[in-house]
Amino acid sequence: MALRELKVCLLGDTGVGKSSIVWRFVEDSFDPNINPTIGASFMTKTVQYQNELHKFLIWDTAGQERFRALAPMYYRGSAAAIIVYDITKEETFSTLKNWVKELGQHGPPNIVVAIAGNKCDLVDVREVMERDAKDYADSIHAIFVETSAKNAININELFIEISRRIPSTDANPPSGGKGFKLRRQPSEPRRSCC
Amino acid sequence: MEAGGDAAAPAPGDAEDVEDTQFPSEEAGDGGDVHEGSPDPEDGGLEETGPETKEQPPDLLSPLPQSEAPSCTCGLWSPAASENSPMGGPESGSGSQGGDPSDEDWRSKRKHVFVLSEAGKPIYSRYGSVEALSTTMGVMTALVSFVQSAGDAIRAIYAEDHKLVFLQQGPLLLVAVSRTPQSASQLRGELLAVHAQIVSTLTRASVARIFARKQNYDLRRLLAGSERTLDRLLDSMERDPGALLLGAVRCVPLTRPLREALGALLRRCTAPGLALSVLAVGGRLVTAAQERTVLAECRLDPADLQLLLDWVGAPAFAAGEAWAPVCLPRFNPDGFFYAYVARLDAMPVCLLLLGTDPEAFHDMATCRRLVEDGMHTLGAMRALREAASFSNASSASAPAYSVQAVGAPGLRHFLYKPLDIPDHHRQLPQFTSPELEAPYSREEERQRLSDLYHRLHSRLHSTSRPLRLIYHVAEKETLLAWVTSKFELYTCLSPLVTKAGAILVVTKLLRWVKKEEDRLFIRYPPKYSTPPAAPAASADQASHNGLFTGP
Repeated sequence: MALRELKVCLLGDTGVGKSSIVWRFVEDSFDPNINPTIGASFMTKTVQYQNELHKFLIWDTAGQERFRALAPMYYRGSAAAIIVYDITKEETFSTLKNWVKELGQHGPPNIVVAIAGNKCDLVDVREVMERDAKDYADSIHAIFVETSAKNAININELFIEISRRIPSTDANPPSGGKGFKLRRQPSEPRRSCC
Repeated sequence: MEAGGDAAAPAPGDAEDVEDTQFPSEEAGDGGDVHEGSPDPEDGGLEETGPETKEQPPDLLSPLPQSEAPSCTCGLWSPAASENSPMGGPESGSGSQGGDPSDEDWRSKRKHVFVLSEAGKPIYSRYGSVEALSTTMGVMTALVSFVQSAGDAIRAIYAEDHKLVFLQQGPLLLVAVSRTPQSASQLRGELLAVHAQIVSTLTRASVARIFARKQNYDLRRLLAGSERTLDRLLDSMERDPGALLLGAVRCVPLTRPLREALGALLRRCTAPGLALSVLAVGGRLVTAAQERTVLAECRLDPADLQLLLDWVGAPAFAAGEAWAPVCLPRFNPDGFFYAYVARLDAMPVCLLLLGTDPEAFHDMATCRRLVEDGMHTLGAMRALREAASFSNASSASAPAYSVQAVGAPGLRHFLYKPLDIPDHHRQLPQFTSPELEAPYSREEERQRLSDLYHRLHSRLHSTSRPLRLIYHVAEKETLLAWVTSKFELYTCLSPLVTKAGAILVVTKLLRWVKKEEDRLFIRYPPKYSTPPAAPAASADQASHNGLFTGP
């Protein structure tokens, strides 16, 4: 079975649950008292997608402002970026829009963007309407899901959707592009490092 | 750093430590009791030294340096200070979660530490929320600038049972408010460590730049998330004061052949730009190797090494591989290194690879695999696991040994720092101490012991009249502290021990340390390796290392 390496980076404000999403995906565990990431942490997980193995090389970046300028190091060469916001905090959605802008200006041209509204288990204190976020995601042709790392909602689905959106190796037109601008596959999908 | 490499020793000019004893030192063998003349109004000094009390010499001269503000009880701690707090910072309305200065619980803390900007903007408070403390911090700024306006600098205030120590570092003001028996100079040492922690996160240059641009910048924005690191640092200095007091790092006890093999392994595994490799377990050093190209001129300061050891112990590094910028304040406060941190083999063993290239993550990851493979070949993982299992379950991640191993009944705990080390070895000051066992299992017991060690340390290192030997009979234990040209030693003994018995125990301990020194210490630190050509870390890197540098 063919093995493809997909570099994915997570971006977003501090405390929105980027590391929790990664932990849920990689280890299937959740720690409510998880510590803020320092710099960035790197993890991998291999999953089967159709007749391929997809090895996700995941860069989980720290959300604090002081690390913001380091982000290009991680999204450069990424096949996909997951931008996370917290549905209970309006301002994290504004940060998300800034990340989208930055990726548009400096990110790889064919990067798959996924927007994850995390903490969807906390609907009682919701501040960002699902409809608004969905409309925004559609306007930039990004994947959109509301997730809960705590309750394991939509975490695997998020990565499956990324697998689906990544151009397949045989350079056939992808199935669910929704007009998303897809060129050739990321230039070095088989490099052992990113 | 003065002779002996003691980071916590009073720096020259720390003349305000007037509580230091004025007695002639009593020589080894004599073991006489020492009593304290306590010129400080608030400082009771050491507890009464038991039944063997000799006559109390009168207090000798205790000149107050000019820099010392007179003792006063200012309004800092009065509830009134908080009454007008709503007019403080912009967010002060939200800040009432236990940080209110009128809150009894908050006021009863033994040691507060505050960091604020020159403009009086709160940056960090150990307890409570900084928002609620805007007014309190405003008072601190006022005190500092009042003394400054007279062309002087405030260093400490002694107020009843409190010591207030002020430390200005560039645009940052650090304040400790303590009821502990620590001397002002020891408190200043802790504030310096707090400042070093902030510098290691942001660099001194970027802090200076930020405030030069915008005086009332809220630095909390940039420090977000590192408050916990500061909390951890302050807690560990309180619980386990050895590293800061002695200005030394603690090693994992390990046989010499294995440690040397690991050192050789680290030297062999290099990567472009790699400056320093460190193997550690639970904040204790296994071995380290530094690269000639980067660190040859400059020995690594023990304070920097300790900072790294604490840093890699952060829970954030518990899983996966991490890549983060970090600054070594003593080596170069203005530039960043890039650190690769990973736990090896799902063990508490941690590998830190410090380099100068921000893009070198994958080279470092490759290097880590080499180290890991090499350790498997050496069978080192098992040995380290065994070393770690010496300790009891409560601290399974910190390899330690029991004081029983010494075989000296009556000995409860000790701190030992060798000073008789080969010259090339001075780059790595080390100390050893056993695990804290009963009766020091409860927090308050540990605190009492830590307090006693602090008192003895400040007496030994008094700037005005240093002592060489102190035999101190406290209420619940007897302590003997001794500094010679060969070692610095603090022992805690059973309260029933006699003076002769104490000497016997210490003799036994010294013999044991001598016998075990190859295992307890890195006697021959790894020499430099010769890595591929690498750029040297330099100050100018700070400006273009890609890190956020200001608003």
